[in-house]
Amino acid sequence: MSDSPALGTPFLKESRADVAIIGSGVIGATIARELSRYKLNTILIDKEVDVGWGATKANTGIIHAGYSEDPHTLRGKLCAPGNRVYQQLCEELEVPFKRIGSIVVSLNKEEIQTLCELENHAKICGVPETRILNRDELHSVIPHLTPKAVYGFYAPTAATISPYGLTIALVENAQANGVNVLIQTKVLGLKKNRQAIILNTTSGYVHTNFVINAAGLWADEISAMSGEKEFNIHPRKGEYILFDDATGEITDKIIFSVPTPVSKGIVFVPFVEGNYAVGPTAEDTEDKEDLSTSFKGLKKVLNFAEYFFPEIPFKRYIINNFCGLRPIADENDFIIRPSYNMKGLIHVAGIQSPGLTAAPAIASMVMDILMDQGLKLTLNPYFNPIRRAIPQIKGSEYKTKEKLIKANSKYGHIVCRCETVSEAEVIEAIRRGATTLDGVKFRTRCGMGRCQGGFCTPRIMEILSRELHIPLEEISKRNKGSWLIKNKVLGSDNV
Amino acid sequence: MYKANVVIIGGGPAGLGAACKAKELGIEKVLILERDRELGGILFQCIHNGFGLQYFNEDLTGPEYATRFIQKAQKLGVESKLNTIVLEINNNKKILAVNSSDGLMEINTETIILAMGCRERTRGAINIPGTRPAGIFTAGTAQRLINMENLLPGKSVVILGSGDIGLIMARRLTWVGAKVKAIVEMLPYPSGLTRNVVQCAEDYDIPLILSHTVTNIYGKKRLTGVTIGKVDEEGNIVRKSEKYIPCDTLLLSVGLIPENELSKNTGIKLDADTNGPFVNQYMQTTIPNIFACGNVTQVYDLVDYVTEAGELAAEGAHLYMKGLTNSKTVLIKKGRNIRQIVPQRISLYERQKPIRFYLRVQYPEEKVKVGIYKEGKEIFSKKQLIVRPSEMIVLEISDEVIRKASETNEVTVKINGYRN
Repeated sequence: MSDSPALGTPFLKESRADVAIIGSGVIGATIARELSRYKLNTILIDKEVDVGWGATKANTGIIHAGYSEDPHTLRGKLCAPGNRVYQQLCEELEVPFKRIGSIVVSLNKEEIQTLCELENHAKICGVPETRILNRDELHSVIPHLTPKAVYGFYAPTAATISPYGLTIALVENAQANGVNVLIQTKVLGLKKNRQAIILNTTSGYVHTNFVINAAGLWADEISAMSGEKEFNIHPRKGEYILFDDATGEITDKIIFSVPTPVSKGIVFVPFVEGNYAVGPTAEDTEDKEDLSTSFKGLKKVLNFAEYFFPEIPFKRYIINNFCGLRPIADENDFIIRPSYNMKGLIHVAGIQSPGLTAAPAIASMVMDILMDQGLKLTLNPYFNPIRRAIPQIKGSEYKTKEKLIKANSKYGHIVCRCETVSEAEVIEAIRRGATTLDGVKFRTRCGMGRCQGGFCTPRIMEILSRELHIPLEEISKRNKGSWLIKNKVLGSDNV
Repeated sequence: MYKANVVIIGGGPAGLGAACKAKELGIEKVLILERDRELGGILFQCIHNGFGLQYFNEDLTGPEYATRFIQKAQKLGVESKLNTIVLEINNNKKILAVNSSDGLMEINTETIILAMGCRERTRGAINIPGTRPAGIFTAGTAQRLINMENLLPGKSVVILGSGDIGLIMARRLTWVGAKVKAIVEMLPYPSGLTRNVVQCAEDYDIPLILSHTVTNIYGKKRLTGVTIGKVDEEGNIVRKSEKYIPCDTLLLSVGLIPENELSKNTGIKLDADTNGPFVNQYMQTTIPNIFACGNVTQVYDLVDYVTEAGELAAEGAHLYMKGLTNSKTVLIKKGRNIRQIVPQRISLYERQKPIRFYLRVQYPEEKVKVGIYKEGKEIFSKKQLIVRPSEMIVLEISDEVIRKASETNEVTVKINGYRN
């Protein structure tokens, strides 16, 4: 077991790279893994202490079928092709992926027109097997659905995934294939000299031929570092409510309402982990760090769940609420193109919905742009597409459990009782880069269950402290400012 | 493959009470499975006094109370496995458990006593909007951090909920140098015991703000403050009543939920009002060889009651193993102003001993009579000057009343006013 965190070097003065990617969200991570197929020196930079903590983290986790956007936009074009490669990608990365299908439910006969439009989009975009369900079909597929529902538009290729689980897996695999990951590193400026772009970062200078701007909400600010702001990114809020898996089965399909011009609407989604969530709202805001939920927003999404499934006492099952921000570019489409100002800088910005679905297609588009711009690609003969997930006690067969515990007795010590997570899994998460409570949570689900960390928080803090050799009172929720402990009760100057 | 006569899931006060009683009744192999690293449950973090007043007629701290039972259990030959989690219960008698020294264990048992206790309700359960900074803890987690880990979670604190743990933590935090700015309670009356309201809040001049709740949470990294607002009778926030309180810590003491995830998998019937199994006076669930006791059946006020429930469960398991079956069942119905009651049914045995009912009302009332009615006729009643949801009412009924009740299939418990 290594002594230092697995993600990144805390300080470097000068380094060189062929490609530097700014932002380790699902877009930056997918591009990093794609680049690791070739003999290249790639560096992935993120300002947070962990990967995927921007727009990626708070996301609906849907791999869309690809019918909901205008087929003439990048958002429309890249969605279905992205969907097609996910099965294989998830097999390679051992990321849970469930192709459960989605249904857009219309509540009145007038909306049938919108459903027909969606079917038309589906045809143009090459989305397979979609069809319109009549009332009887709809209610036999989703028995708990409100009797007010009249039609449904069914797309069997829609799927669910954990967006942060995927991103962690992508980064782990990219790292294993030679990509350097630099966390807690903020890019302060870009400078072009004759040979290269020089990134001035809080961890030192990086000399690189190409820079991928995958900075999510901050992509416009990165673009401004090229001399001129080429576009604006506006945050759009999405609030969610999360339910306990004790609800039992409500639907095995993703349930959409009929879309509006600003959003695909609120979704009721069976998360890949087995519980349900409802959201998001769509509200434009100014503050790129405003992850607050509101009384109004939460009421709206809860009403949606209650309206569509009137028999379910949802209030009783709420375990948490959260908010995500989607980066919306001026023209409301993805911006994937070389910078007008600085040669070698490529923008991958405004990646709002369906960005998660489109990520693999976006990455191949970026690869084409890089080649076009003169990047030479030689296959990396050592590239290994396989990444192994942390083996879990929960959900594994008796024999597997037995084997895991035999090999490592810490697999027999369950530290998170709600999600049945063992000490061995937590230690492995730390070895792979978790340094905070949230880092452990997103890798193992410790603290995501019904007690929301009430029981396991002191335990996880203890393991983090022991494994990382840092005092207990320095363990944080997600970074330096989010401290958990003020001081020791006894034996401290403050008392 | 392990074998046992009784497997007790959970080694807190309920499980310990059950284990000791089971040994005293001569049951041979009694095994406690405990998920934590020591027996005693939550008692070890409850370093305040007030435990054992009923059971021992002494004023003990939590650890003292626990230690008495742990020592007794050891003396009696109770076996226990620590750091052990039960993964499954199959066919009502096969338990699959795991720990790091034994690995996976299959345990065959004649009877099972569920004693898993309860957990705290979280911020999510009450769906408070706002940001998600560090610094929001349930009161019990904060209690553990301070009393067992020697770590102070913050310096400037607002407590939401006036439950007992919240009140006790207000005093504890004050003692260790934190400033408790307010205890905010949504209801128009406190949720904790009166003695705790006086000794933990009033004595330290900590404002207890009734009919208010936390309406928003602020802070991007660590909590920087909360707003509180007045709640009207329908539970809505009164407009313009909101007030900002800067603080770095929010403790939640907003209720406890019996932990019945394991119980649900066995298929026993649960009561929607207690959130616990449906039991008879021997804490027998709807599956005859599975018993349940302590906070897993309903949240009790006093640990003394929890111990007693554990002992009853052991007696029940003993009767079951002796082959003594009950002939008839009388259901206990909830009438006017009864929120919950345990046991929910009486089973009639040839030899009957007095039965204790533990109940809570829905709302406070003064000068009332707690009565048991058979076909509209009163068969038992007890006068009470005041009843509050926070204070459990204990009714002990005699053999004679049980016999009267047994003439029918159900009796109703309700609260009525009385005239002097």
